[in-house]
Amino acid sequence: MEMKTTTFKENARTAIADETLQIELDRLSFGFPEKRKKAVDRMPEFEQLREQARDIKNHVLANLDLYLENYEDRVEKHGGQVHWCRDAKAAREQILKICKAADAKTVTKSKSMIGEEIFINDFLAKNGIEPIETDLGEYIIQLRGEPPSHIIAPAIHVSKAQVEDAFRRVHTDLPADRNLEDPAALLQEARGQLRNKFLQADVGLTGANMLVAETGSNVLVTNEGNADLTYALPRVHIVIASIEKIVPTLEDASTILRVLARSATGQDMSVYTTFCTGPKRFEDPDGPEEYHVILLDNGRTDLLGSEFEEILRCIRCSACLNHCPIYKAIGGHAYGWVYPGPMGAVLTPGLIGMEDASDLPNASTLCGKCESVCPMGIPLPKLLRSWRTRHFEAKPTRSLGQITLKFWAWLAKRPKLYHKVNGLIIATLGALGRRKGRIKWIPFASGWTSKRDFPAPMGNTFIQQYHKGARGDTSGRRLREVKK
Amino acid sequence: MNDSRDEILAKIRTSRSGPYVVRNELGTIEDRLKNHPRNVVPARGDGLPEEQITKFKAEAELVNATVTRVSSNIDIPKEIAKYLADNNLPSRIKHAPSLEHLDWSTTLMEVCHGIGEATDEVCVTTAYAGVAETGTIVTYSDQQNPTTLNFLPPVHIAVLNAVDITGSYEDVWTKLRADLGSKDQSVNFIPRTVNMITGPSRTGDIQQTLLLGIHGPQRLHIVIVDEKTP
Ligand code: SF4
Repeated sequence: MEMKTTTFKENARTAIADETLQIELDRLSFGFPEKRKKAVDRMPEFEQLREQARDIKNHVLANLDLYLENYEDRVEKHGGQVHWCRDAKAAREQILKICKAADAKTVTKSKSMIGEEIFINDFLAKNGIEPIETDLGEYIIQLRGEPPSHIIAPAIHVSKAQVEDAFRRVHTDLPADRNLEDPAALLQEARGQLRNKFLQADVGLTGANMLVAETGSNVLVTNEGNADLTYALPRVHIVIASIEKIVPTLEDASTILRVLARSATGQDMSVYTTFCTGPKRFEDPDGPEEYHVILLDNGRTDLLGSEFEEILRCIRCSACLNHCPIYKAIGGHAYGWVYPGPMGAVLTPGLIGMEDASDLPNASTLCGKCESVCPMGIPLPKLLRSWRTRHFEAKPTRSLGQITLKFWAWLAKRPKLYHKVNGLIIATLGALGRRKGRIKWIPFASGWTSKRDFPAPMGNTFIQQYHKGARGDTSGRRLREVKK
Repeated sequence: MNDSRDEILAKIRTSRSGPYVVRNELGTIEDRLKNHPRNVVPARGDGLPEEQITKFKAEAELVNATVTRVSSNIDIPKEIAKYLADNNLPSRIKHAPSLEHLDWSTTLMEVCHGIGEATDEVCVTTAYAGVAETGTIVTYSDQQNPTTLNFLPPVHIAVLNAVDITGSYEDVWTKLRADLGSKDQSVNFIPRTVNMITGPSRTGDIQQTLLLGIHGPQRLHIVIVDEKTP
């Protein structure tokens, strides 16, 4: 995937003008948040669970080295192998090595954000191994040659008609005149196409929602069951996970599971939650013969101990995306890299560097909704502000924004002049939109007015009205009357 | 590879040396791993056994599973045959080796057992436990219970003993540790695969519409049995 973080503003403009995308994003606004609320309301202990989930992850981060060693020990005791990788390149090469040793032609994959982060698909394909995404959403975008636009609903930007187009283009073995009107027909077709791929794959590549130090297990959470067919059928199971995915015990994993599904899709529990530990045992009739874990750092250890450490508690539930007014306006692709929305705006600069992602922390109104729904209590607005401060301090040249701010500061220190200038602006804007109460176009601000109207002021500033109607009387009652 | 391991661990240790990192506030690592204390367990799954069965059924039905209850083992094959006939489903089943002791000859179903295969249409497996909190069934892999059987066929029928219905996931871990752990091997109790299954397979990836049965089974039918199978 090409990195497009540097053209964020342009990406956002394109996204807002994309009508298909806007319809799908509208659907999102009503779907996930409402379901989440219902699920949370049905769980009286939700707040307590949230606090404990946060504490568990803080405890893990404080002791990460010890838990990782314990985890590794358990995996090895169960006959699995752990491969520590400093960066994406090392992880890709290790995966390729395992695939080559297994003489793999095809690799089935269940959705993994780490897989996206290390761009494993392109790499495998370049090396003659076919990667097959099996999560329906991932499969759809793989056919369309796109990156995911949401961390749990990767094809959320794609309309039903576009899915149909992609299927007709790729599934040429099926009759051309088949009816794909009904979404259920699309589902059946995808099920049929992927079935053989599952059965033929040499290697199954999964992510991990958690790694359990107590047992050396990886936890997989899906609704489709694709992860289960991905690890259970091929001869080799490779897990790719980043180091902060550790939880101490099965009990701790259970607590996090309780906040995960509710925050993500508004389910009480996802359909399939699986704990995999090592390769198949001697007496097992099925299961993989080899079990490998790629344990990836890729910038996480730099975040540890920094002011951004708290983002490492993130469990990728997507609640912050689903509730973010910016995400809902521009979708995930505009963010230009793997992780979108508020969590992406905090994590991306940490992983790829501030220089390449400096616009992302600005893609927030700091409305605070993300923090209020985050099951791990991550103070996303605070972290976004920290990135902004860093960026501002590091900026070598003066931007238009900085000059404007300087001018405003100069003006604000001169109250008389300030009120005069303000009064003039308000009067002008008021005159512009007096009749309709809205303004359709403002010079130098078409970025705002091309997509929405600007509410027209009444013609006076508050201070002007105050001086006119309420001089000498500061009681709230008089002020309210003036307002009427 | 070992260099990477040491580098990563060294970087973590350096970052942890700051004065503000409280290392063991949830107890020492060793204690936590050994005693695996429970966190808050929602009250929702609590209750007398009969109440838990009722809750389990209600929750499972909320997520599109179907649930019936029979009093003894003899009734299981008949109940399954009836379910398949009522729903117009094929009467060829593959069951887990764990269910071989049942008398399948009392019905006209075509019966075999083994691991999951592409051609299977209906599978019957044993559930190790049920969780009242969310209507979840738990299975694990061993000689008698192949994992693939739970996922490949479009119809999944799970046999669950009423006495194995617990309140929470934590109850299942406790039961699993007691059943499979030995004293000297407290860490090695965990089977290769533990599956928690809450309703049939689903996706919302096409137009955010709920559709059942994408990769896993489209139907999940749970047969609760009052008499404990041996
Ligand atoms: S930051 Fe919080 S809300 Fe956002 S994905 Fe991560 S855990 Fe979920």
